[in-house]
Amino acid sequence: MGLQRGHRARPLEWLVERGIFLVSLSAILMIFLIFLFVGREALPIFFGRTNSSLVQETIPVDKLDSIPKPKLKEYLGLTDSELAGLDRETLQELMALKIEGAQQAPKDKDADVNTTAWRYLLKPHQWTGYDRAEFIWQPVSQIHKYNIIPLVIGSLKATLVALMFAVPLALGAAIYVSQLAGPRTKEWLKPTIELLAGIPSVVLGFFSLIVLATVMQNLFGYQSRLNAFVAGIALGLAIIPVVFSIAEDALSSVPRSYTQAALALGSSRWQAAWKIVLPAAIPGVFAAVALGFGRGIGETMVVLMASGNASIVSWSVFDSTRTMTATIAAELAETVFGGHHYRMLFMIGTLLFVVTFLSNLAGDLIIHRLKGRLEGKR
Amino acid sequence: MPTASSSVPSQGSDRKDLSRPFRKSSLDVASFVFGGLTGLATLLILAILAIILGNIIWHGWAGFSWRFVTSGTSQGMFDVDQAGVLPMILGTTARVMLMTLFVLPIGVITAVYLTEYASSTSLFTRIIRGAVNNLAGVPSIVFGLFGLGFFINFIGGGIDEFLLPNRPEPVWGKPAIFWASLTLAVMTLPVVIVATEESLKAILPGLREASLALGATKLETIVMIVIPQAMPGILTGGILAVSRAAGEVAPILFTGAAYYMASLPRALTDQFMDLGYHVFILSTQSPDIERTRPILYATVLVLLLLTLALNFVAILIRARMRRKMRVAAH
Amino acid sequence: METTHRPIVVPAARAPAPGNEPGPPAEPLIKTEALALHYGQTQALKNISMEIRERMVTAFIGPSGCGKSTLLRCFNRMNDLIHNVRTTGQIRIAGQDINHADVDVIELRKRVGMVFQRSNPFPKSIYENIAYALRLHGTRARSRLADIVERSLRQAALWEEVKDRLHTSALSLSGGQQQRLCIARAIAIQPEILLMDEPASALDPIATARIEDLILDLKKEFTIVIVTHNMQQAARISDHTAFFYLGDLIEMNATSTIFTNPSMKQTEDYVTGRFG
Repeated sequence: MGLQRGHRARPLEWLVERGIFLVSLSAILMIFLIFLFVGREALPIFFGRTNSSLVQETIPVDKLDSIPKPKLKEYLGLTDSELAGLDRETLQELMALKIEGAQQAPKDKDADVNTTAWRYLLKPHQWTGYDRAEFIWQPVSQIHKYNIIPLVIGSLKATLVALMFAVPLALGAAIYVSQLAGPRTKEWLKPTIELLAGIPSVVLGFFSLIVLATVMQNLFGYQSRLNAFVAGIALGLAIIPVVFSIAEDALSSVPRSYTQAALALGSSRWQAAWKIVLPAAIPGVFAAVALGFGRGIGETMVVLMASGNASIVSWSVFDSTRTMTATIAAELAETVFGGHHYRMLFMIGTLLFVVTFLSNLAGDLIIHRLKGRLEGKR
Repeated sequence: MPTASSSVPSQGSDRKDLSRPFRKSSLDVASFVFGGLTGLATLLILAILAIILGNIIWHGWAGFSWRFVTSGTSQGMFDVDQAGVLPMILGTTARVMLMTLFVLPIGVITAVYLTEYASSTSLFTRIIRGAVNNLAGVPSIVFGLFGLGFFINFIGGGIDEFLLPNRPEPVWGKPAIFWASLTLAVMTLPVVIVATEESLKAILPGLREASLALGATKLETIVMIVIPQAMPGILTGGILAVSRAAGEVAPILFTGAAYYMASLPRALTDQFMDLGYHVFILSTQSPDIERTRPILYATVLVLLLLTLALNFVAILIRARMRRKMRVAAH
Repeated sequence: METTHRPIVVPAARAPAPGNEPGPPAEPLIKTEALALHYGQTQALKNISMEIRERMVTAFIGPSGCGKSTLLRCFNRMNDLIHNVRTTGQIRIAGQDINHADVDVIELRKRVGMVFQRSNPFPKSIYENIAYALRLHGTRARSRLADIVERSLRQAALWEEVKDRLHTSALSLSGGQQQRLCIARAIAIQPEILLMDEPASALDPIATARIEDLILDLKKEFTIVIVTHNMQQAARISDHTAFFYLGDLIEMNATSTIFTNPSMKQTEDYVTGRFG
């Protein structure tokens, strides 16, 4: 009996191992699909192929036979199967309706503006009835106004407040837990702080809406009860466990020998932590902030419930504010499938995906390099 | 604690004064401030956690009753004396269980590939890991958009168009518990992968060698030795994924959660009522927030009990596993 | 397929009755020719050519890092598991080149068993530890399993101590018992060769003595290659001894010759304890 039974003797095993490999690609596939399918719905906006102007060129009904099918389809906003299912008379009727609709368009200087063009998404515009050019997000009005700047500002405002509140706390706790607490204390302290991550964001949103907002208003006495400040603090609660975990991990991965060397030279615990361990782990702290930022800008339920959701451009944190995420959550259900409002919300989703992707990538790379350096691989 | 100054030769004299006592020369203010500030930050976080939990338990307990968790909303969602959360508990449970069916196998297999097969240094492995980390950071609302764009419009719409072309109403191409579960499965994939990987790495390499030296194939070793050993870790990952998914609302807003349903979901294509979404509705849509406050708090308590209890179990299993690994390593 | 009781097939003639002193040369069971091994840039084995005979105990001795364990792990290709290992030269077991592309490493490991330095029972019951090995190779009938488990435990001199608690965890055994369980597990599938990598180094003297007795007993049936850092142990149990130094095979001969009349200066220095 020889040793040569060979790999061919186990085709099933070979097959299963190929299968394992294929399944392991699922994470990559999912990232790719998310980008593809969220981006796909937003594609017409990116390429300027949507038109939201109320006054559109009409085609006389008797020209029905002379216009090519694809154009007719686009004109009437039908799908292939719908177009095939309609007879001539119905088509003529639809065209007549279209003309009628055009005649009833509001007499507004902005009525023929395609508000989904990039110029209107990013730059201020003096809309009818306003005395100066403004950034306005107002999709559900006669003229659909899609300026995304108020939403971007809203997201940034809430996230910055959150970071300013969460980072010092989380970092302080990370230093305390990793450097100063005894092993016994650490054993219960770490999971307890991480328990904060187990509180669903809708519960944090609820808490800030019902309890926190009132307490804060009584404390600071500002006008609108729900605002970027309350949303930011609530968001901070969601960010604390993220920043804490990553920072604690980075601090703990600094070799014990560093601390011991410092202590042997006669420095105190805090000197070792502050002057030796923290500088060594500082990239990890940056990574924690980057990932905390990603988490904050992408958080939905907290800001939806606590921010007040008014899309005003203002740098005051005590004004009601509307974030990108909350806008998607609040408005998508009311949009027409495939319409410009629908596509606009997917465009915001794509932006969010790209921004969080980049901040995660940055955080990830920093951590990888840091670990490599501390483990002496580079 | 002896300080440095006592063992350093005093300046201006060549003789080392070894007889000086090892006493603190002065109060170490910096140490005090530093420890105080970081300790204060820690305390503050703990206090916030305690306040949130305390507030919810205190007020939630008042509105909590056996009737509340065993009755539905047929008398109206905002009826303080009649409304219950049974349909929401069932809906949330069903969607996370369905999710587990998808996420556990895929997550575990990916982790097995990463730890047992892939070379840890190759670029390809780095890309997979990067994708896993990135998936963990994708905003939950984007998962919702993805579920709508991919699962419902593309897959569901495709099924309706090609397999069921003669139905007047969409069957699969609309929000449903099945699509919500799939969306959540994509979202929690990193949780399962990371937890499983951690437990696979903690297995002593000696066990793998022992099995291979007996003539077991790699796959036999993985299936019969490695996976059973990693079971606590896999379980932890599963529980954490369930706990995370149970509280998520944003991804299911457009993929399956219903504002109100008269009956429980019966098919995979039905929508469902959800605990987290119900919290959102009660907090923002209530006609009289003061009156409905008791059921709002009670609903939050139920949701919190569900997610935190699961989290707690996962933490316990993990702590036990780590202790066991430490013992085994000696 | 029933594999556990297949006869041990070796093309060469059988060596004389078990327990013999190094006798007239027979066809070697393991033969290496110009074997060299690199871990990345580092060379761990240099040009090793040696012959190991059937049903004898061959001991590998030498200071730490001399490559003796590495060589042992070449015989069942456990080095395959290590990234970045390159082997040149030949190893023939029963005439077959085991590094040949056609060789099934699983089949090889089934026929070349191994006991590790650190006992590594699976965290299962005593019974399941052995049954696992048997099931891997197709023995599934309960009664056959029970028979072979008992026989293997008896051969490993463990049966009397564990027969009443076969279904308790293997981790509840003492270190020496665990190592004998690992031996029982290795011999349950009837390998032709048993590789032992410092099997007693983690054990106390009494447990070590029991393992040594066991090895002397097992050589009636198996060809044993043992790595040891304990020269007395090599002298007590082996028929042949090979001395390695810095990846080179310095000298290989009958154990009595190595210990009483070595031909190389380095060997003499080592066995008399002048270094290492």
